Amino acid sequence: MGVKNRMSGNEAVAHAIRQINPDVMPAFPITPSTEIPQFVSNMIANGEVDTEFIPVESEHSAMSAAMGSEAAGARTITATSSCGLALMWEVLYVAASSRLPLTMTVVNRGLTGPLNINAEHSDSMGARDSGWLQIYAENNQEVYDNLLQAYRIAEHKDVLLPIMICQDGFITSHAVENIELEEDEPIKAFVGKYEPEHYLLKAGETMAMGPYATSPYCMEAKRAQAQAMMNAKKVILDVAEEYAAITGRKYGFFEEYRLKDAAFALVAIGSACGTIKDAVDDLRKHGVKAGLLKVRVFRPFPGEEMARALSHVKAVAIMDRCESYSCNGGPLGSELMAAMYRNKNKAEAINIVYGLSGRDITVNDVKDVFERLKTIAQEGVKDTQYTYLGLRE
Amino acid sequence: MENTFDFKEIQGREERLAPGHRMCAGCGGTIAVRNVLKALHPGDKAVIGNATGCLEVSTFMYPYTAYVDSYIHNAFENAGATLSGVETAYRVLKAQGKIKDNYKFITFGGDGGTYDIGLQSLSGAMERGHDMVYVCYDNGAYMNTGTQRSSATPMFADTTTTPSGKQSNGKPQYRKDLAAILAAHNIPYVGQTTFIGNMKDLYVKSEKAIYTQGAAFLNVMAPCPRGWRYDTPEIMNICKLAVETCYWPLFEVIGGKWILNYEPKNKLPIEDFLKSQGRFKHLFKPGNEYLIEAFQKEVDRRWEELRIRCGK
Repeated sequence: MGVKNRMSGNEAVAHAIRQINPDVMPAFPITPSTEIPQFVSNMIANGEVDTEFIPVESEHSAMSAAMGSEAAGARTITATSSCGLALMWEVLYVAASSRLPLTMTVVNRGLTGPLNINAEHSDSMGARDSGWLQIYAENNQEVYDNLLQAYRIAEHKDVLLPIMICQDGFITSHAVENIELEEDEPIKAFVGKYEPEHYLLKAGETMAMGPYATSPYCMEAKRAQAQAMMNAKKVILDVAEEYAAITGRKYGFFEEYRLKDAAFALVAIGSACGTIKDAVDDLRKHGVKAGLLKVRVFRPFPGEEMARALSHVKAVAIMDRCESYSCNGGPLGSELMAAMYRNKNKAEAINIVYGLSGRDITVNDVKDVFERLKTIAQEGVKDTQYTYLGLRE
Repeated sequence: MENTFDFKEIQGREERLAPGHRMCAGCGGTIAVRNVLKALHPGDKAVIGNATGCLEVSTFMYPYTAYVDSYIHNAFENAGATLSGVETAYRVLKAQGKIKDNYKFITFGGDGGTYDIGLQSLSGAMERGHDMVYVCYDNGAYMNTGTQRSSATPMFADTTTTPSGKQSNGKPQYRKDLAAILAAHNIPYVGQTTFIGNMKDLYVKSEKAIYTQGAAFLNVMAPCPRGWRYDTPEIMNICKLAVETCYWPLFEVIGGKWILNYEPKNKLPIEDFLKSQGRFKHLFKPGNEYLIEAFQKEVDRRWEELRIRCGK
């Protein structure tokens, strides 16, 4: 049975960490994720968790110590945002290729510059090819639920990959909303104990991690890592099903909001989906067949499944809270359009960059996008490859 | 702590760096690692960390490892942080009763990975007081990538990024005094050593570093025959001359107290150390005597400073 409460996204993450009770947490302060290590430090100070906190001197060291700790056999977690994630970059790849199932809660914030502390997905999107699993949340409830499922996915023997649990900076991390929390005992039973097959400190065996490998070996290692990412798809769905049996809250790769009979759809990630849902509801009242596909899992990328879910739609706008400077749209736009093409999806598709550095997106902004989709459905795409929403002229 | 030194017993201990690795013949780094690991008491377990460098790429080339103990390499600049994570995990799992054995934590980095790119990670790990030893095998340049200068490179050395030439006398700057920087962290143990005689100094300091509770740092001058350009069998003479000229003094800082371990009766001129090494060949061209004088002056200044610190 869930317990109703109200709290911010960061508090929800801290609550989940208390229930998971990880062994080690190395972390470094950075807005807007700073509260998470603060909350955990308080729990440690009050004896509410057995976690050992490592107050590292940088995020590079946070990820390095996390890698060492997880390799030694301890369930490990860290938290970061923005430039902190960027500083970890090199070690993200080491952790993933070492097949270490550690967890990182990412509070999404734009990368500098200009220096800005607000919501944007450029930090974790930049790390999308680092070999980490990535799961995104619309609100505090989802980030809580996603984190509770994280270790079950990452530690699965067919996966063994690190995982990022992402939420939008401030909009989700600091806004207080209603939430349904689970009791400790069923959650502890669901998460289970960490019992890796091999680790540095395992009795009766030694282990060497982080080899230099020559060309005859590297390619196979990378292919095996890609296989683990493919395997994760089934595991993510299995874990979600098990979680739903306990909590009643169901999750998949993505949420289809009034999408089944939609003629026009938006595809988006994160907190903006709440705004989009409001716009969809309004438009539906006026007879517009609007819908939303909200992406939850970005790595592994459920391209085929999303293309199928959009197969009946006349026109779709793929929304990126991230500029990738490729001149070919944002990361979600580029990847989803490629998947739609491969799956012979006939919908007209546009890519829109919005909400950079915390720029608000309103219900009216979203309605304007649906208006564009109606025109595009009749006349085809006449715009450039991708456009911006809410840009000041 | 009482340190006994039974040469035969110690050399008879199991090799914890197995033969068959790919390090160069006569490599000082290998000598450092073998001898530091000999200071682990038989029966004690260890996790060995390693910064990227010659040592890592030559001793753990997939699918072979030369390490008898568990080993972890992460990247170039984060050996300190990585082992701090391992050590923390050990304390947590030990407290939970999941681990019964006693482990020691020793990480090796070259001077590039320690003095330069890994300095922050090292400083953080030492300041936090993890029960671990960081061993720098200092060969005075980025040898793995082909002898580029580091902040450990001695002044005037000819390296591939400070080549001597018509307009250059080699590296323009004096070397960084890393042992003093680590001593300023007020950690329980700092030692500086190299290969002398029957390796007693290296053994004794390694044992103290490993078995001192808390963070410890060991700086080991480890000549590189390729980068320094000397005749490989000369390594022990070069180390002896580094100490006898006071270029590389042997000292410890224990609980904040500076201890000079050796004072030469007759301090030799720095030329004696420089002349057998190809990297200093240009200093011996006629007209360059002033460079050697400058080198000597800096060695003298640092030696006097060290003596004062050690209460001499």
